[in-house]
Amino acid sequence: MAEQKFVTFVIERQDGPDSKPYTQEFDVPYRPSLNVVAALMEIQKNPVTRDGKKVAPVVWECNCLEKVCGACMMVINGKAQQACCALIDNLKWPIHLAPARTFPVIRDLLIDRTVMFESLKRIQGWINVDGTWKVHEAPRQNPYTAATAYEISHCMTCGCCLEACPNVGPQSDFIGPAPLAQAYLFNINPTGQYDEEQRLNVLMEKGGITSCGNSQNCVEACPKGIKLTTYIAQLNRDVNKQALRNIFNH
Amino acid sequence: MAKVKKHRIAIIGGGLSGLMAALKVCEAGSEAWIFSYCPYKRSHSLCAQGGMNACMDTKGEHDSIYEHFDDTVYGGDFLADQQAVKGMCEAAPELVRMFDRMGVPFTRTAEGVLDLRNFGGQKNKRTVFAGSTTGQQLLYALDEQVRKWEAKGMVKSFVFWEFLEIIKNKEGVCRGMVAQNMNSMEIKAFAADAVILATGGPGQVFGRCTASTICNGSAVSRVYQQGAHIGNPEFIQIHPTAIPGSDKNRLMSEACRGEGGRIWVYKDGKPWYFLEEMFPAYGNLVPRDVASRAIYDVCVNQHLGVDGENKVYLDLSHISAEYLERKLGGILEMYSEFMGKDPRKVPMEIYPSVHYSMGGIWVDRKHFTNIPGLLASGECDYQYHGANRLGANSLLSAAYSGTVSGPAAIDWANTGERGSELTEEELEAARQRCVDEFEKIVNMNGTENAHELHQELGELMNKYVTIERVNKDLDYCFEEVKKILKRWDNIGVTDHGHWANQEAMFVRQLRNMILYALVVTKAARMRDESRGAHYKREFPNRDDEKFMKITIADYDPNTEEPIITYEDFDHSLIKPRSRNYAVAKKE
Repeated sequence: MAEQKFVTFVIERQDGPDSKPYTQEFDVPYRPSLNVVAALMEIQKNPVTRDGKKVAPVVWECNCLEKVCGACMMVINGKAQQACCALIDNLKWPIHLAPARTFPVIRDLLIDRTVMFESLKRIQGWINVDGTWKVHEAPRQNPYTAATAYEISHCMTCGCCLEACPNVGPQSDFIGPAPLAQAYLFNINPTGQYDEEQRLNVLMEKGGITSCGNSQNCVEACPKGIKLTTYIAQLNRDVNKQALRNIFNH
Repeated sequence: MAKVKKHRIAIIGGGLSGLMAALKVCEAGSEAWIFSYCPYKRSHSLCAQGGMNACMDTKGEHDSIYEHFDDTVYGGDFLADQQAVKGMCEAAPELVRMFDRMGVPFTRTAEGVLDLRNFGGQKNKRTVFAGSTTGQQLLYALDEQVRKWEAKGMVKSFVFWEFLEIIKNKEGVCRGMVAQNMNSMEIKAFAADAVILATGGPGQVFGRCTASTICNGSAVSRVYQQGAHIGNPEFIQIHPTAIPGSDKNRLMSEACRGEGGRIWVYKDGKPWYFLEEMFPAYGNLVPRDVASRAIYDVCVNQHLGVDGENKVYLDLSHISAEYLERKLGGILEMYSEFMGKDPRKVPMEIYPSVHYSMGGIWVDRKHFTNIPGLLASGECDYQYHGANRLGANSLLSAAYSGTVSGPAAIDWANTGERGSELTEEELEAARQRCVDEFEKIVNMNGTENAHELHQELGELMNKYVTIERVNKDLDYCFEEVKKILKRWDNIGVTDHGHWANQEAMFVRQLRNMILYALVVTKAARMRDESRGAHYKREFPNRDDEKFMKITIADYDPNTEEPIITYEDFDHSLIKPRSRNYAVAKKE
């Protein structure tokens, strides 16, 4: 039988929000189509470092393992991505794992993305329906616009685009690419457009769309292939038009 | 105007059913306190791909609500409460319109109306869909609506809190619950006017399955240990088409077959489309239990699996790439990503996997459990699907049951006989019990690893309690699971800390999973017939005389094992007839 191959993981760990980070290395038995989450699960079963020290298992967040829930985003070999579909075979060894430090670290690879969900509140990320009860037939929609909405609606709030964006971080209050694209999504809905003005006005405020530096990192980072820069550019035009309307309506 | 009394309804779980219930609670002027393992939009509802059934009848096929009702009852092999199913089918079209108004980006026809597709066990096009990520889109719509109510202060979110147990008052009425913050490890008791459990399925009891890692059935098992009946636990759906994986089996939607995908293996050097041959009337669109058994037979008994392994082909390569992109885009990309092969060009390799639990907490038609003040809805309840669930009925039952459980909880809070309020002492006693349990786990110093033990449990359950069940194997499995329960006492944890201690939380969940595994195994052992997803070669036929009854499992605190009894249910609307997908369905 062929000798068991091992893949080494260099993991940046941190015991709590205010603790100092440190690294630990683990060897995981290789198997074909192994991904990073499956490797972390192996470490749970045998939490022993390369130098034989028994340690607390690595803490991270994951749910679906199908690249649809957005939970397992982390920085793998320097790039923010979903760990569940990061295949070992496609990565350079040893594999470096680190938390996405754009967000506060809770422990190890586990981060706090509350700010993203708060941003969705800020941009009024919903269709303002009267209620769940029977009201009327839903408006018909242009199938092409609906297809655009479908694309943007894949955003799983994973935070890759915020981690990749040079303008998101402690130095700025930029809301980030994902919530901007979401604002555009609700603005193109036949009912959602009624609240377009409010959404655009929010995005004129501090930390809004003017903080976008157009570095185009977000569109590269998006694991769902959402054309973020296209929609942000469209939204920017809408915000500018709204700004003019605001001046002339005064 | 009469003043509306403001209640506090605790909802455990932020998937489709929990969020739907929360919206109804808020609309009734009460507060919804939602406890969830994760931000709601990461809940497992988002893994549903293919669509949601509703009689929209926009394809000129004269589809009817009755036909949907009959397909569901027939597909469930006549074990579902027919009044409940009828209510669900009648409500379905209006639910679709609600989701449409909320902005779900459903796939549309050239004229801008909702497109429909075929699904298993149904002859008419009845499934609305958003590409191949329908669950994700429906969940997001409700998540957005709940966020609106949260901004208004009517929803209080406890995200990253784990439900631990319910609290009953001295009259035995559920008046609150205990939960733990998954980061700070703080354990807190909460008083509530009603508690709705919407915690999803128990897939992780089987280890490898199509479910998310959070679908552990822990909450269901805990309320079972606190006296809730479990209904029909032996009915576990095995989805015929999943991509086998070492960490999880990834679902390949039934929509693939709905859009024309064919299942085959080589036989005598030629492709053999065995489902089309065995079941001429429905072909590749037979219900899931039927397809899974056929694939199992072809691979295990006839040894015709791809490359001699337990795999068959699911083939879309004959369909135009443009059409596939529009109808199935998301999941084809997933297959390419995880398997490194393009399903537009080569057939996919798939095998059946544990997927869904038809059984769960017993509820009445208003989704009340047998514990007053406790309700359950969504996959965690046992209603609507009988012995087998039709594809695209799960998003429907999840959403619909939330529209029932939410208002029912408000009714209960207004008019139920709730007895005394919980005293400070009672709340504190419940909290302390959970603290003591947790402290004991944090200090466990045995030799077993909880994750290794979980893997063993999953392997046992997958081997003995899935597609084909044999009584002597079930007896063996039951004893083995009991041994695992014993070994649980000898677990050692390496993390003895009190900050984001995932290991300790998992150890606690694992015990609940083991106890639930006993329920599934025992119920399967006791039902000596074949019906829907439950198949025994020793008893190959449905036995209506003996088993046209729902299974009820109750926890026996002395042995920690389930006590199984049977109960009658309402099947007055459609007379049971034998189920045969080789020929067109007769009514």
